[in-house]
Amino acid sequence: MSQNTDTAPDASPNGIMSKFRFDMNGLGMVFIIIALCIVFSWLNPNFYSGTNLRNVARQTAILGIVACGQTVVILSGGFDLSAGMVIGLISVSSSLIMIDHGLVIGCLSAIGIGLAIGAFNGIMIAKAGLPAFIATLAMYSAARGLALIISGGLPITDMPFEFGWIGAGQILTMPVPALISLLVFLLCSFLMVKTRFGRHVYAIGGNQDSALFSGINVDRVKILVWSLHGGLVGLAALVLTSRAVSAHATLGEGMELESIAATVIGGTALGRGRGSILNTFLGVVVMAILTNGLNLINVSSYYQMVAIGIIIATAVYVDQFKRVKS
Amino acid sequence: MSNHPLIELIDIHKAFGPVQALSGASLSIMPGEVIGLVGDNAAGKSTFMKVLTGVHQPDSGEIKVNGERVTFRDPGESRRTGIEMIYQNLALAPNLDVVANVFLGRELLRHPLSLPFISVLDENLMEQKTIELLQRLKINVKSVRLLVEKMSGGQQQAVAIARSVAFEAKLVIMDEPTAALAVKEVGKVLDIINNLRADGVSVIIISHRLQDIFNVADRIIVLQTGKTIATRRTKETTMDEIVKFIVGGVQPELSQIASGR
Repeated sequence: MSQNTDTAPDASPNGIMSKFRFDMNGLGMVFIIIALCIVFSWLNPNFYSGTNLRNVARQTAILGIVACGQTVVILSGGFDLSAGMVIGLISVSSSLIMIDHGLVIGCLSAIGIGLAIGAFNGIMIAKAGLPAFIATLAMYSAARGLALIISGGLPITDMPFEFGWIGAGQILTMPVPALISLLVFLLCSFLMVKTRFGRHVYAIGGNQDSALFSGINVDRVKILVWSLHGGLVGLAALVLTSRAVSAHATLGEGMELESIAATVIGGTALGRGRGSILNTFLGVVVMAILTNGLNLINVSSYYQMVAIGIIIATAVYVDQFKRVKS
Repeated sequence: MSNHPLIELIDIHKAFGPVQALSGASLSIMPGEVIGLVGDNAAGKSTFMKVLTGVHQPDSGEIKVNGERVTFRDPGESRRTGIEMIYQNLALAPNLDVVANVFLGRELLRHPLSLPFISVLDENLMEQKTIELLQRLKINVKSVRLLVEKMSGGQQQAVAIARSVAFEAKLVIMDEPTAALAVKEVGKVLDIINNLRADGVSVIIISHRLQDIFNVADRIIVLQTGKTIATRRTKETTMDEIVKFIVGGVQPELSQIASGR
């Protein structure tokens, strides 16, 4: 095939960085995490106790699962405002199914309902052409209303006893939610970096027209992306309901914004197809450490919200600044 | 060069409602020939090329590939015949590297650990094939793992062209390939077009930059209000003559008089 081996000697690969999609941004995040750990350990030695770290992992796991799906959606050029309310809807509906039909069917229904809602969002966006903002805002309202209708606004608590293991159990001293979350991160990262599906998601996020002209079935990929995200939201609802030992319509409130925040803090940009699951993992870890550390040194959660706001703005500003410079 | 044309478009007509976009557009191109397609705005250049790429179906007229009559019902059919179009600004995903862009939509896969039910991207093979491709077209890039958005406009255009011929293209259509480029980069793109010709690939360039067309094209075809009004060998015409065809609405026979003036 190659007729002119004498030319283009510098077309050699040096793609280690791009292969792992781990840029200076990710490295900076690792330093920030180490710095936060040192500061909080110094301020309160309880910070680095095994019990505390296991607690952080358990609390953060659910955000991690949602943020994974949110990241895939954002990489494809969309974003999801409905996740929090959909968690509530899945929580109450799958709990009622679980009470009537048992643990296994209840758990499967949570994921199934999530997939269906995700696919619906995807169809609204890809086929009906609604902007993601509008489609998921509509879903936010509808899911919230449905959850309140189904539950009558009351908590549901009669789930089987064994169900509690998902939220509170341990395997080899590791909290089960953290293990589930870790598995989700690994699977999503594999999907996004190693498979054709992931490549197409990035392509659509970067330039939808070029993806279309490259023969990629953009609508199909988008619906798959939203379905995947929906399934993960279902999984998160399951873990959260188990942890709370009761289902409630507003259980996931705020999760949509927290998951977007973790994604953005990790360095994934809205609407440009830039970033990665690994970035989001680091973003979730930063948010978890920050929240826990501030709790340990008795900063009120009101101030914490302000701090998260400042961090989001700063993270995006720094990202834009770097882009303009390069 | 073989004796009969690679592609022939004969007397193509196409109307959109009351608007007659094409009324007798014709063109033929030999293997390894470079043709410049020129005409005023709304002369029908884009529509004409979209008939060839299967985006539009002609109301009347013939399309022949290697002398045989064909119909393209959609862009996929045209592409399978070996016709590729490079659209302005639509060709590449800026957030992906050169390898990913060259193979976008046609990724090579492998089965890790020989597991039949999992397939992952075969990055090494795609990278190797991309390097071979760029060497064949004498395109220099710092690294095939560079993100496209980090490259200059000329390099991006080079990657877009490489991408279009990566899969056995016989004809590449370029829509304003040099319009957005810095002057020193235009030469590089024209070099690549010359390399394509040397490789036996035919090229149709749509451009407003006549100097580029005169630099690289073997023949120039002028379209006016949807009709082919002149075909000239580049060596046997002048920029003045072509400009007169484009803007003046001069009929061929009248132009003979005009140029003899």
